[in-house]
Amino acid sequence: MDLLYFTEQPMSAYDEQAGRDFGATALMFSNKHFDPKEGSRLYNEFIEQYKLAEEVGIDGIMLNEHHNAPFCMQAKANIFAAILAAVTEKIKIVMLGNPLPLSENPVRLAEELAMIDMISKGRLVSGIVRGGGQEQLAAGVNPAYNRERFEEAHEVLIRAWTEEGPIRHEGKHYSNRVINPWAVPLQKPYPRIWVPGVISKETIVWAAKQRYPYVALNTSIEQTKQIWGFYDSIAAEVGYEAGPENRGYLIQTHISDTEEKAERNARQFQWMQGEFTGLAHPVWSTPSGYSSPSNRRAFVEFAAGLKTNPRGQTTFEQQVDDMRIIYGTPDQVIAKLKIILEQTRPGILALWGNDGRVSQEDSLTCIRLMGQEVFPAIREIAKELDLKSPDEANAPVHLRYSTDLKKPVVAAE
Amino acid sequence: MPVEWKEAAHSVAGTNVRIKEAGSGAPVLVLHHDIGTPESLPFYDKLAESHRVIQPIHPGWGLTSERPEWMRSVRDIAAMYRMDLAAHGIEKAHLVGLGFGGWIAAEMMTMAPNDTGKAVLVGAMGVQPKNGYITDMAIHGYLDYARMFFHDASRFERIWGEPDGDMLENFDICREMCFRTAWKPYMFSHTLPNLLMSVPNRTLMVWGDDDRIVPAECADIYCAALPNARKEVVAGSGHAVDMEKPDELAGLIGNFLNG
Repeated sequence: MDLLYFTEQPMSAYDEQAGRDFGATALMFSNKHFDPKEGSRLYNEFIEQYKLAEEVGIDGIMLNEHHNAPFCMQAKANIFAAILAAVTEKIKIVMLGNPLPLSENPVRLAEELAMIDMISKGRLVSGIVRGGGQEQLAAGVNPAYNRERFEEAHEVLIRAWTEEGPIRHEGKHYSNRVINPWAVPLQKPYPRIWVPGVISKETIVWAAKQRYPYVALNTSIEQTKQIWGFYDSIAAEVGYEAGPENRGYLIQTHISDTEEKAERNARQFQWMQGEFTGLAHPVWSTPSGYSSPSNRRAFVEFAAGLKTNPRGQTTFEQQVDDMRIIYGTPDQVIAKLKIILEQTRPGILALWGNDGRVSQEDSLTCIRLMGQEVFPAIREIAKELDLKSPDEANAPVHLRYSTDLKKPVVAAE
Repeated sequence: MPVEWKEAAHSVAGTNVRIKEAGSGAPVLVLHHDIGTPESLPFYDKLAESHRVIQPIHPGWGLTSERPEWMRSVRDIAAMYRMDLAAHGIEKAHLVGLGFGGWIAAEMMTMAPNDTGKAVLVGAMGVQPKNGYITDMAIHGYLDYARMFFHDASRFERIWGEPDGDMLENFDICREMCFRTAWKPYMFSHTLPNLLMSVPNRTLMVWGDDDRIVPAECADIYCAALPNARKEVVAGSGHAVDMEKPDELAGLIGNFLNG
């Protein structure tokens, strides 16, 4: 099992009242409320957290990026990945992930990631995402072509990594008449790609068709089981049997010396009022053309205030009850994670440890307990349950490298 | 007497396009806004009293319109309408373009000035304002954006009715089509002003005096580019002059086309 530490890198030093007064903490919430002195302090604190994660034996650091919002300070995950490639020695650098549609040139992205893979001596997991709706608007990228761009950028990325140059790509969104990067990944055929998501059906189908692991982001146990069921059915259609090596799970989990302190800090998982990305207008988070047409009616009615949020809005207590938020001492956390592992059988487990205004001292304590007490126990449970990571299972990096397909590959691309 | 509208599906460039038609006389192609159009409008009826009004639903706009997946630009839409007019033997149609439809009309003029009658561009998108910006629908809610079309916001409900799921879904689909065809640059063409310099057709620019969608300076940019254009400003109207001041707009158009 791969065991990862994650933080959104919250910009906790922003003026919360200003966000409330403005009525939003995303996209259009002015960056005049961003204090670069505090930003500098926080970035360096996150580096300290990541270095500790390696010291205490955590397998990987999960990185992501968002834009125009205090809930996540990483504007370019590759920057942190490059830093970690140099300042750490053995921990996996897990991008979850690069928002492909935001890239105007996937070849440059291929070069950046190849450099990170070589500098880190092959520790890169190069996850990819569509990017949230607000990210499209923040980057000026057309949300109506989000999925087209995602799939085309993926094609360019993989070709740039695996085919001898010079080659040529001319598609709908990307035109690269000379692809010949003098930086290619160390890992062959290419660094593992994992695909995180919330529950978008199209993305689950796509990931399963590629045989890329799907990482469920803080979904409930029931939702997660539904995702696996769906993934498994697509896998069967394309000719392989999905297992733990195809499944990742991210859960908000804060660990502390005492239950009381753990609960207080776990409440910070709700520090962004509204949805997890903070307060935003629904048309920012789901611009037209961005999401599946099958969700259109429910969404537009919510966006205009005629209906409630189709994604649901749950309290802290409800999220604790259905184990989307876990907190406690190491023993308490292990007991709950054991249930999750038994019920959902992932081969990749990422703990979103710290959020909001959790102090650096408490964040470091959480990471230390995670690496020294919780994860060793989780590894034993994973062994008992035979939950293998993609590497442990020697899973193919992509469907096309499969040697166990039950029928010819027809639906991979 | 109520105006009788007929509707047909015309196959254009592999896509079925809804075309409504009423009235008789000189043909006038009326092109609707970015947010779509109600199924009927007093303005359309008024215009059909003295003209043969041809009123398409832009391809892909709304629940009842077939989406051309291939279509990527406003020039594509303009070319489709040009070809449809040609296929039906309609020559020298006058063009009335409303907002986004004004941009389509301007593109059509550049494609075939000799096959265009006169043109009326109302609050037309399509050219880049020098000082302001065309309002970015992407950051506004569906209803907020539609209400911004009006000087008097209470007119929104009178024209469109009470918001419901169908209305919102239509707005969302129309918005998606705007993104698919006019995302970057947003709602204008960098080359259109130059092309318009060689369009001799008589053109009337009409602007509401309270247009909060397209800055009024765009009327002047159009007038500077087009050799035979002039401007009329309608008092007490926002962007949707056709919905807020239908009689006045129809009157201006009638006088201009017949003059």
